[in-house]
Amino acid sequence: MEVDLVDETGQQTHFNGALPIDEARTQLATRTMSKEAAQIKRRKEAEKAYGRGRKINVNGIRDKKLRGNLKSLEKKNQDASLKLKDAEILHENTEGFLEPENELERTYKIRQEDIIPDVAVETAKKKFSLKLDALGPYVCDYTRNGRELLLAGRKGHVATMEWREGKLGCELQLGETVRDAKWLHNNQLFAVAQKKYVYIYDRAGVEIHCLKKHVEILNMEFLPYHYLLATVGNPGVLRYQDISTGQIVIEMPTKLGSPTSLTQNPRNAILHMGHQNGTVTLWSPNSTTPLVKMLAHRGPVRGVAVDREGRYMVSTGQDLKMSVWDIRMYKEVNTYFTRTPASSVAISDRGLTAVGWGTQTSIWRGLFSKDALEQEKIQSPYMSWGGDGQRIERVKWCPFEDLLGISHNEGFSSIIVPGAGEPNYDALEVNPYENTKQRQETEVRSLLNKLQPEMISLNPNFIGNIDLVSAEQRKAEQDLDKKPVEVLDTIKNRGRGKNSSLRKYLRKKGGKNVIDERRLKIEELKKSQKERQNKRLEETQESLGPALGRFARK
Amino acid sequence: MKIKALSRPVASAQAPGSDVARAPRNLDPALHPFERAREYTRALNATKLERMFAAPFIAQLGKGHVDGVYTLAKDPNSLERFASGSGDGIVKVWDLTTRAETWSTSAHENIVKGMCWTRDKKLLTCAADRTVKLFDPYNTAVNATPTATWLGTNAFTSVSHHRSRNAFAASSGVISIYDLEKSNAPPDVLKWPNSTDTITNVSFNQIESSILASTSTDRSIVLYDLRTSMPLARTTLRFASNAISWNPMEAFNFAVANEDHNIYIFDMRKMNRAMNVLKDHVAAVMDVEFSPTGEELVSASYDRTVRLWSRMKGHSRDIYHTKRMQRVFSTRWTPDSKYILSGSDDGNIRLWRAKASERGGIKSAKQRQALQYSEALTERYEHMPEIKRIKRHRHVPQVVKKAGEIKSDELKAIKRKQENERKHTKAQFMKRRNEREKMILATET
Repeated sequence: MEVDLVDETGQQTHFNGALPIDEARTQLATRTMSKEAAQIKRRKEAEKAYGRGRKINVNGIRDKKLRGNLKSLEKKNQDASLKLKDAEILHENTEGFLEPENELERTYKIRQEDIIPDVAVETAKKKFSLKLDALGPYVCDYTRNGRELLLAGRKGHVATMEWREGKLGCELQLGETVRDAKWLHNNQLFAVAQKKYVYIYDRAGVEIHCLKKHVEILNMEFLPYHYLLATVGNPGVLRYQDISTGQIVIEMPTKLGSPTSLTQNPRNAILHMGHQNGTVTLWSPNSTTPLVKMLAHRGPVRGVAVDREGRYMVSTGQDLKMSVWDIRMYKEVNTYFTRTPASSVAISDRGLTAVGWGTQTSIWRGLFSKDALEQEKIQSPYMSWGGDGQRIERVKWCPFEDLLGISHNEGFSSIIVPGAGEPNYDALEVNPYENTKQRQETEVRSLLNKLQPEMISLNPNFIGNIDLVSAEQRKAEQDLDKKPVEVLDTIKNRGRGKNSSLRKYLRKKGGKNVIDERRLKIEELKKSQKERQNKRLEETQESLGPALGRFARK
Repeated sequence: MKIKALSRPVASAQAPGSDVARAPRNLDPALHPFERAREYTRALNATKLERMFAAPFIAQLGKGHVDGVYTLAKDPNSLERFASGSGDGIVKVWDLTTRAETWSTSAHENIVKGMCWTRDKKLLTCAADRTVKLFDPYNTAVNATPTATWLGTNAFTSVSHHRSRNAFAASSGVISIYDLEKSNAPPDVLKWPNSTDTITNVSFNQIESSILASTSTDRSIVLYDLRTSMPLARTTLRFASNAISWNPMEAFNFAVANEDHNIYIFDMRKMNRAMNVLKDHVAAVMDVEFSPTGEELVSASYDRTVRLWSRMKGHSRDIYHTKRMQRVFSTRWTPDSKYILSGSDDGNIRLWRAKASERGGIKSAKQRQALQYSEALTERYEHMPEIKRIKRHRHVPQVVKKAGEIKSDELKAIKRKQENERKHTKAQFMKRRNEREKMILATET
């Protein structure tokens, strides 16, 4: 086992993600479920997978028109989620897996050589390694559909390749330091953070733009739906540039020095930035201060990754720790130890976490699961790779494939990790098998539907919500016949001591030197309260007797 | 060890030799982030496109009339025939497909006040020359003489045909029910007992076919029942009404075009309150008609515009105008509810689209789906300020705009004055009158 555990007392039932069967089926007959129960179960499952939030209770609505509309809407939503659930039958592929057959087998002992004979020839071909030991260490990036690979060596070697066919796209010898490289929205453009500026190249390797505003960039991130290139460099200034119009959207100093890692939350396009002081900050282009600051590690944060549904974050730090965070509550779920500081971390579509530390890469399964109420601590990794003296620079999952790309100081290796990739792609969203025509159409369509930077927020579903507060106020202003609210009636006559609501009201409103009906009413109320209190005091004094009575309180 | 890794042959996406790429879907929400934001962006684009393609005016029919067009009548048995009556007594029949005149005659001495088609495709016209004439435009030549004529004692203002019986109602000071088969028989007379003013418009209910409604210059709306030959109820509004139109889907609802710039939708069973008040015109509404679906209305106004309304909403969804269109006196939906005809003082009959950005012609399934999708999206996000603004924006003639501003200022001033008066009189203890009840002065049964 490559990774030590903080706590060894955990029960041994779940090893390597092999789930024990709670209720073993001993009979052939299936349990009978009533028709209604089956239907309810089906609806619940559909709601869980495809529902769009909580239901609206229509019974409490008095407006007939509105009630009717909402009722039909609710029905429509329910039908839609059921249909979506039913449409799952059309999925063509099932996910890969690695399952031990007896208790002695361990998945982390499996080596690539053991996997190769057991998988399809086409898949086996996808395991390859490139020996590029002169200009490394390398960083790598896959296009959004996972079809093309971008490799950039620290010493200025940049190459793109269509890895499935093993075809080289372009190769550049830049002759200066390259710190990061990123594909933009498709395989036509990529950005390279060079010694001084960021450059954009097209697929043939022709320099298209030199972004002179981005100086000494260390990390880049591209937000594909917003067409924003976010960069952050040594001075610690975060810049967002719209690459479809060329405008700088915002520049903001992080005031936290040079960053150590940067990643995006694919769900809401918020950037997670790791810093030297162990904090992870969350950024959006709509605020010049971080939205959230979390102290994740006791040392520089070396790697940050967020899962595709934006629920969990995994961060690794110089303090030899890897922690899993729930970023809905900003709470740490679990912490794991790494032997050497992990330099890079990545989460696959199906929630596998790859951690590159030193010369090793370990792959964890089940660090978090969205269905479990409580996240359990995993005892051993799912798979591992390395140990051959290559210092890992970056790990990156290939989208829609069971592949992990590992770039290191001796080149690049692509390894097979069964169960990593999303088996069923949506051709109208990101298509790994798109042809030229489809790519062009997708590009035009995505430009038409480009999201504005203002739409980036921690909750991406805030768009379309109604401003209920001002609507209520407007309604109140419209209704001139409404009875004015009598403040005195709302005051509960509880007769409490120092901080009764009546006293509070008096403090705020009653102190004026105008004696009118309202004032008199208040005085009366006050008097009656006082009387009541005195009466109660007398009663308690009497009940306690002459000796203890003096200690009675109002 | 059980091992399975993903393996998708490239051929599964596009068969070798084929140029058809398959497009498998996975509707898992995790694969489709920014759902709301993307939908909103699409809705915004769709709204912009909708406004870009808005071109409501199609054409005018033939060369129109020499004098203003004051009445239009559609043939309930035909999708393409329309009749128009002009100020100089000429009646023309039009073919909508060719937009050409098919028949015309000089029917009356002066302004043709009312027209309607009979069940056997004949045309009834009436005018202030105290005659109602029956023409047969389908079978007679141009400038034909009427096949029948009814002489009344007073000037006629409007005619309406019964749904099934071979009878029609003509209004003057009273409502006279004539039988088409007995041209010499004296008509049945319907009137409110003490009313003496001219009845301006009469309309048969086409579903509850023995009910008819009339508007008159004494500001009243009267409902009659043929079965008892008695008036049912009279409602007096603050201003006189110009036209009445029954909802073809809900037999008990009707709309009246009022002189006070508004259109009121009433439920005939509950006349003390309007179901809806449609406010947007800045001059008297001259004509109103429910669409054949009963969901929408079209109105013609003295402010030289035609407006389209949804039955449920208080403001118009669209306004149609051209530079040369003068006071609009009549407007009609075509029976397929896709187009609108308007007749105005300048003697032209104009053909408009009912949905300004919709185009006729055959659409592919894909196109239809895309249109439906964008329509659903715009409906879903129509409350968003940007979309609302773009969707609502219309170019309005300066005169109309200015008139609207003046009107709103005046209304505000009146309101302010009333509120000030309330503060210092007994009125403050009374409830304000509902906007839907305000215009009703009295109801009698």
